[in-house]
Parts: sequence; structure tokens; C-alpha cells
Amino acid sequence: MSDQDDILSIAAGWMADGETVALATVVETWGSSPRPAGSQLAVTASGKLAGSVSGGCIEGAVAEVAQKTMATGAPQLLDFGISDERAWEVGLACGGKLKVFVEKLEGARA
Amino acid sequence: MKAETFSRLHAARAQGRPVALLTRLPDGAQLLHPDDTLPPALAGAAAAALAADAARTLSVDGQDWFIQPHNPPLRLIVVGAVHVAQALVPMAAGLGYAMTVVDPRRAFATEERFGARVTLVDDWPDEAMARLAPDPRTAVVTLTHDPKLDDPALEVALKSPAFYIGALGSRKTHAKRLARLAEAGLTGADCARIAAPVGLAIGAVTAPEIALSIMAEVVAARRGAALARRSAPELEKT
Repeated sequence: MSDQDDILSIAAGWMADGETVALATVVETWGSSPRPAGSQLAVTASGKLAGSVSGGCIEGAVAEVAQKTMATGAPQLLDFGISDERAWEVGLACGGKLKVFVEKLEGARA
Repeated sequence: MKAETFSRLHAARAQGRPVALLTRLPDGAQLLHPDDTLPPALAGAAAAALAADAARTLSVDGQDWFIQPHNPPLRLIVVGAVHVAQALVPMAAGLGYAMTVVDPRRAFATEERFGARVTLVDDWPDEAMARLAPDPRTAVVTLTHDPKLDDPALEVALKSPAFYIGALGSRKTHAKRLARLAEAGLTGADCARIAAPVGLAIGAVTAPEIALSIMAEVVAARRGAALARRSAPELEKT
């Protein structure tokens, strides 16, 4: 699964540039989710994105939530799906459900 | 993820060493397999995730763990630094395959023709293949049309656990090849592993089209799709 490996390299590059980075990972899926468990999206505090956790349906929402994780350092476990009240906003049109884990990548202390 | 965990994960990946990252949900505590000492149930699940190359979740003693395998890239070994091999470079890279081109004819296997994304080997194919040691995450494709180069590579590949072995050449060429390989002591079952003519039948004409048909069949083989299954009668028919 080279695409997610690539995302870790991109994230490492961003951190080396002094960016604050969070990593979102699909940890579980039900139904017709477009990306399998293990798919990753890296987000910076400055708004850069790499990778994906869906077919584009929830990336915006995940990126927004990731800002909080970057600010506090506390990881979050997010549920997305048609039963979720946010479904209208974030629009998982495929009808699938998924769980996304969002964590901050802590940089090495200089 | 702690800086220390991230740097250990990064180092393992840079070394091409398979590792699995285990994350406890929802608090995010993390361990690395096989580097850290894990309860047997978690270590077993981590090994299984690496073997299947698929992430999974596992509940142990009331705790939920997410297990993410990090295998080294899949490999594509191409024998013959020909035009189709050049067309394979961007496709293999995009699909996540680390590509190696074997060709003892030094005028062909040059960085000028292939760029820096490809490992070039100018040894004789049997020696090169023995050293490259195809494993279950390796696909091998011969493209030279020259039995002196293709056959020795195929002989080594057919004794390896490579997940895909393909050979360029018409049905007539392949029939002659099978006869030579049989003479060299390979069994019918060995030779049945060769996908020939190489690639899915999409009517490919140009080098990029042939490269696409090859990568499509490699992916189908890797993913266990029905398209990748060839039977002898089907070969006769088409």
C-alpha cells in the first residue's frame, strides 16, 4: 500500500519544514466506503492536505476537526455515516459508514 | 503519534523492513511490531495484517486496537530495457511498484533512458534474478524477445514465489519458449505460471498501451481478480 506510505513521507517533509501536522486514518468501514481501512489523510495547521480518507466526501470535515487535534494534541475518533447527523453536511453519498482516527504527529524536540 | 514512534516507523520504512503500527482506540497509545513486545494475540494479528497487507481492528481484553501494516513497496522486475520498459516506468511508480530493469546490453539500460526512479542492473539475467530473489511481493516481466536473455530469467523466476510472471511474445513465440523451458527441465505446471502473451487483452498497440495492459494484469493478479486467471482452453480460443 504505497500510497499511504507516501503520505507519511509527505508528512515527515512538512514536519521538517516546521509545519504542525495531523494524520487522519480510516480505521473501520461498513458498506460501500470508497477507501479501505488504513487510508490516510495528512493535514497541516496551515491548511495543506495530502491523501484521502474517502472519495472526497468527508475530507473537508476531517481537516476541520484535525485543527482541534493539532491545537490540543488530543487524538479524536470520528464516526461518519448516514445515521450521523452530520451526514447532510459532509454528504457520504455512497451510503457507507466509516471511523476515522485523527492524531497529531509530534515533532522531535530541537 | 509520539515523535519517537514516528521516527522508528520512518526508519523501518526507509530500510524496507516490514513493520506494523498498532494504535489503541480511542486514546492513541501506540506500539510497533515486531520491535516492541506485544501480547501474543496482538503480535499474531500484526503478523497476519502484514501477510495480508491489509489493516484490521482487534479487540483484546476490552481494548480496541487498530493495526496498520507497513510493507516495503511491491517490486516489478523487468528484463529488457526496451521501449515498453520505458513506458512502464511512470505507471509502475504511480501504482507503488519499485521497478528494476535488467539488461546486460549497456546501451539500453541507461539512466538517460530510464531516469532515477528505476534501479538498473546490467548483469546477465539469471545472475541478476538470483540476486534480486523474487518474493511473493514481486512481479517479473520479460520483454527482450531474445531467448538468450528471457529464458534464463524465466528459469529463475519460475523457481521463485513471484506472484506474477509474464513474457512478451506471440502465441507462436510462447509455444517455442515452452518447448525450450521443458527441455531445460521445467514442468508443465511451472510453465503454466507464465502469463503469455503478457498483459490483459485490451488490443494494445503502442508501447504505453502495452505497458497499461501489463500493469492491469499485474494488479489483477495481485488482487486475485478473475481477469488474471488464464486457462489453457482460453489461450487456445483467443
